[in-house]
Amino acid sequence: MAELAAAPRVWGGRARLLAWLQEYGVYASVLALLLFNVVFTPHFLEVANFRTQLIQVAPVVITSLGMALVIGTEGIDLSVGAVMALASAMVVLYLGYGAPVAIVAALIAGAAAGAAGGALVAHVGVQPIVATLALLVGVRGVANVLVPQLTEFRNPTLITLGSRSVLGLPLVVIVAAVLTVLVAFLIKRTIFGRQLVAVGGNRAASRLSGLPVRRVLVTVYVISGLLAAVAGVLATSRLQASDPTSLGLLMELSAITAVVVGGTPLTGGRVRVLGTVMGALLIQLLQATLIKHNLPQSWTQMVQAVIILAAVYAARGRRA
Amino acid sequence: MATAVLEARGISKGFPGVLALDDVSFRLDAGQVHALVGENGAGKSTLIKVLTGVYRPDRGTLLLRDEPVTFDNPLAAQRAGISTIYQEVNLVPQMSLAHNLLLGREPCSRLGVIDTTQLYAEAERVMTRYGIRTDVRRPLCSLGMGTQQMVALARAVSIEARVVIMDEPTSALEPREVDTLFGVIADLRSEGISVIYVSHRLDELYRICDRVTVLRDGRVAHDGPLGELARVELVALMLGRDPAEIRRDGATRFTGEHTTTAGEPLVEARSVSRRPVLRDVSVQVRPGEVVGLGGLLGAGRSETAKAIAGALQVDAGTVTVAGQQVRRGSPAAAIRAGVSLVPEDRKAEGIVPTLSVRDNIALAALPQLSRSGVVSDARIDRIVDSFMRRLRIKAASPYQKVSELSGGNQQKVLLARSLATGAKVLLLDEPTRGIDVGAKAEVQALIDELAAEGLGVLLISSDLEELVEGADRVVVLRDGAVAGELSGDQVTEEAIMATIAATGETDG
Repeated sequence: MAELAAAPRVWGGRARLLAWLQEYGVYASVLALLLFNVVFTPHFLEVANFRTQLIQVAPVVITSLGMALVIGTEGIDLSVGAVMALASAMVVLYLGYGAPVAIVAALIAGAAAGAAGGALVAHVGVQPIVATLALLVGVRGVANVLVPQLTEFRNPTLITLGSRSVLGLPLVVIVAAVLTVLVAFLIKRTIFGRQLVAVGGNRAASRLSGLPVRRVLVTVYVISGLLAAVAGVLATSRLQASDPTSLGLLMELSAITAVVVGGTPLTGGRVRVLGTVMGALLIQLLQATLIKHNLPQSWTQMVQAVIILAAVYAARGRRA
Repeated sequence: MATAVLEARGISKGFPGVLALDDVSFRLDAGQVHALVGENGAGKSTLIKVLTGVYRPDRGTLLLRDEPVTFDNPLAAQRAGISTIYQEVNLVPQMSLAHNLLLGREPCSRLGVIDTTQLYAEAERVMTRYGIRTDVRRPLCSLGMGTQQMVALARAVSIEARVVIMDEPTSALEPREVDTLFGVIADLRSEGISVIYVSHRLDELYRICDRVTVLRDGRVAHDGPLGELARVELVALMLGRDPAEIRRDGATRFTGEHTTTAGEPLVEARSVSRRPVLRDVSVQVRPGEVVGLGGLLGAGRSETAKAIAGALQVDAGTVTVAGQQVRRGSPAAAIRAGVSLVPEDRKAEGIVPTLSVRDNIALAALPQLSRSGVVSDARIDRIVDSFMRRLRIKAASPYQKVSELSGGNQQKVLLARSLATGAKVLLLDEPTRGIDVGAKAEVQALIDELAAEGLGVLLISSDLEELVEGADRVVVLRDGAVAGELSGDQVTEEAIMATIAATGETDG
């Protein structure tokens, strides 16, 4: 049953449109939403408003970057919100030794949580959704035990981190931007990045080609945990308090939405870093727009649902 | 003449780009064990799927006891008395043997509750008949493959099957379990139940089958009583050769002789075993030599290549490259030692469809093409460019997605990936299957060229002509063991077929 040479792909107009949508839809949507706001929303162009939007979206962007890497390997990380809470708890726990120590402790905790998830996925063979679901529950539990109630702090260094601006840009936003560039570099230019997408695209082929499949998988989850911890530290420094019960709640859903809307396929083998950032921005802008026009939160959720479905539909049509 | 229990007349079935069955007729008589054989892609699975209602034929008719029928779905075929036992036993592993056996027909009390006492008693009675004495309350997954197979068989028969289709039923069985299975098949036959038996083990076919149908490229190559067919004739038919006269003209692009340096072997596999697929297989390849691996489907050819490439866990045996032992079970270690595999299944184990041609070629060589973890685009461009030109890979650009290329070009991409690692030994598993004639000739010429440059090549091919003209030496495998080795003038299609057909020593 000789498999004939692959027929040249003839795309119909609809399929081409879907392909375009998956590729550039998120940019077009962000642009359209911006234009809409410029015209219809009073005070939208004011600097203060932009700052607020960017500061709010920064933690989402950072966790979404990690999520994009995990999804690139055909996995998923449901634990990111819980890891943010854990990082926040670690910060107040170790703040007595100074802010740098506290931050490092938080990052280590995040990486450790990621390593646990990665080990379950890569070495035990647990499905990513199950492994990280266990972490979602367990890690938030640990965070709640460490810091049982909302705890405020007055460490000047940490507060500075959350409120300071450099050259007019909030530090939080700068961190998010730097991390975006780093992750883009990781994916495009490093062995690890190239191996990551290969493992997501075809695990058996990657193994036969001698790629360290397990090491790649563990590392991906460690990075995701680390980035979630960074987001947790930043969110804590802005709040000037640690609240492990509510910090990062449902963040995993925002992150997955940003990644999917940004055009990264859930089937793995591809990571779109800038698309992910745009995905996070799109959701943020959407929320802001609806709030500014006095529409209830429930509207945001419904519109969000439509956008997710549109993104998934575009991805499906592409493959068919 | 006995009545036909099941008959297919002039069946054709096509898929996009492929005609899987072309005017195939097949007749199964009552109480017969009918062998259905053919190499990969011959159309066996498609025919079985047509007979069991999974596929609807494009043309042709099915007759059940001389009445035309159409099966809308597998359940309809099952209701008509046609049962299939697949290679992978499809039962519920966590449920008990008894529950599996009587699934959907459990004896119930008046309230509709399953009567477990009766269930276990009934299950025990059935299994004893099949020579299985075990606790029927144990979960199925805790039992051996042979027992599981027997449960599947018992289940198939107990739903009043008139036809039982067995697809490679012995591939996971121990010799003792095979004997039990054959005993049961003999019982079935005496009860007038017909069996379609799919297997590539000649010994088994000749032991239990009455009749044989050989499929080749979607057509019936032969149909008749098995007893009248010599083993070597059957092998010739399966491999697509006319048993009467075997052509000797060269249609491949191999030039034939390589100047084999009689030096130390580049790679040597010693007594590699992995039960039940490989037993004591030893192969060596010298620099500049093309060694062919011959044998029927399931003889252990791909497994041998994978064992050498570190991609198959082995129970025993060693692989050495240039005298150095290679760490077992690690493809990375094998690649570092200079051994690279181009797998048979391009789609599942070869290409990474989401990546470009460039990324696919560079994939295995990334560590060599980078400095402290950062890849060097310049170096990748250079190596990709040179291989794309040398192998004449036809792509719009190096950045085109590999999934958009033709099969032949995808194959060349995989060859380039292996070569880019600086491999000294290439293990090529069916390198020309499913690619167009032009690409086939190019790949064959390339194999010659690489051998001439001093590479060692292990060539697996079901195409006898390719094997004879391409290989300097052919190791023939049968049922997971080396059946013989041919070199020099001995390498002929007849000799390979004779070696495959020779009666295997009874194992155990």
